[in-house]
Amino acid sequence: MSNFIDRLLGRDQRSARQAKERMKLVLIHDRTDLTPGALESLKDELIAVISRYIEIDPNAVDIQVSHEGREQRLIADIPLSSARRKKLG
Amino acid sequence: MTGKVVTVTSGKGGVGKTTATANLGAALAASGSKVVCLDADIGLRNLDVVLGLENRIVYDLVDVIEGRCRLRQALIRDKRLPELFLIPAAQTRDKSAISPSDMVRLCHELREEHDWILIDSPAGIERGFRNAIAPADIALVVTNPEVSAVRDADRIIGLIEAEEKGPARLVINRIRPNMVRRGEMLSPEDVLELLAVELIGMIPEDENIITSTNRGTPLVLDGKSRAGQAFRNIARRLNGEVVPFMDLNEESFFGRITRFIRPGGK
Repeated sequence: MSNFIDRLLGRDQRSARQAKERMKLVLIHDRTDLTPGALESLKDELIAVISRYIEIDPNAVDIQVSHEGREQRLIADIPLSSARRKKLG
Repeated sequence: MTGKVVTVTSGKGGVGKTTATANLGAALAASGSKVVCLDADIGLRNLDVVLGLENRIVYDLVDVIEGRCRLRQALIRDKRLPELFLIPAAQTRDKSAISPSDMVRLCHELREEHDWILIDSPAGIERGFRNAIAPADIALVVTNPEVSAVRDADRIIGLIEAEEKGPARLVINRIRPNMVRRGEMLSPEDVLELLAVELIGMIPEDENIITSTNRGTPLVLDGKSRAGQAFRNIARRLNGEVVPFMDLNEESFFGRITRFIRPGGK
């Protein structure tokens, strides 16, 4: 019953789900040997390099490691800002 | 005859490698194959006691490798299953007493006279693991539905792939269906999704494992237990049969009675 109330109130903190979410992140970092800190500095440097060529919004950059089966993939989503072009037009 | 070498490994200790090796060996031998179980956990041997053969050891793995006895002399025949043999680990040496190429040579010789060579790997990812995986045709990874075992299994699966011994096949051991139902234990589906490997068996937690180990009689020799049935199914899958996975949610008669008496309990 208490489980049911928890779920109604959106408080579903059942431990198996927590374990799975935590393991997803841990395994990505174990497999790539990339700590969250290293990923963060990779992101900063990437933004710096790209900014030298084109204008981007640093806050909109999204970089993550995704996986399909046991294959890892680094995915960077970098929206180009169109502010300048708009001004010129 | 060219036998297949199956290495049973896990990364983490205590997840049930030795129990799995003993039961798979007994199940394969009971179905008519000629089987050797080889304990590669030098210095921490246990396969002998789990199989109930501890009183019959004269020579061990290191004696064979170092030439103090012939291979035949180190093979202990199980009297209950005449097709089942054990090569025990040495107890007073360490993992560096043998090398991966020693294991490859030994298994090459064993393949000629046996259908299956099951190697019980030590925990860890160092020398002992490398010795155990070197001769493998098939790598089985045993894990439990808990975070530390899953994490270590992932690590060992990566190493198996790096050694080109993959794809590893997964045994999920000690599943507690009641806890899975309540959402308080990783389900087999969760574990498979995290590890992304092929499943070869799911074993429910079963008290009979403890009592059968106490007696030194592999559980597969007892027809009734659920865990024994699950191990027999893995043995059949190793033989190439397609065996549907057991429904772990199917409750025992006793479980249903308990729930009837104490609704909502457990």
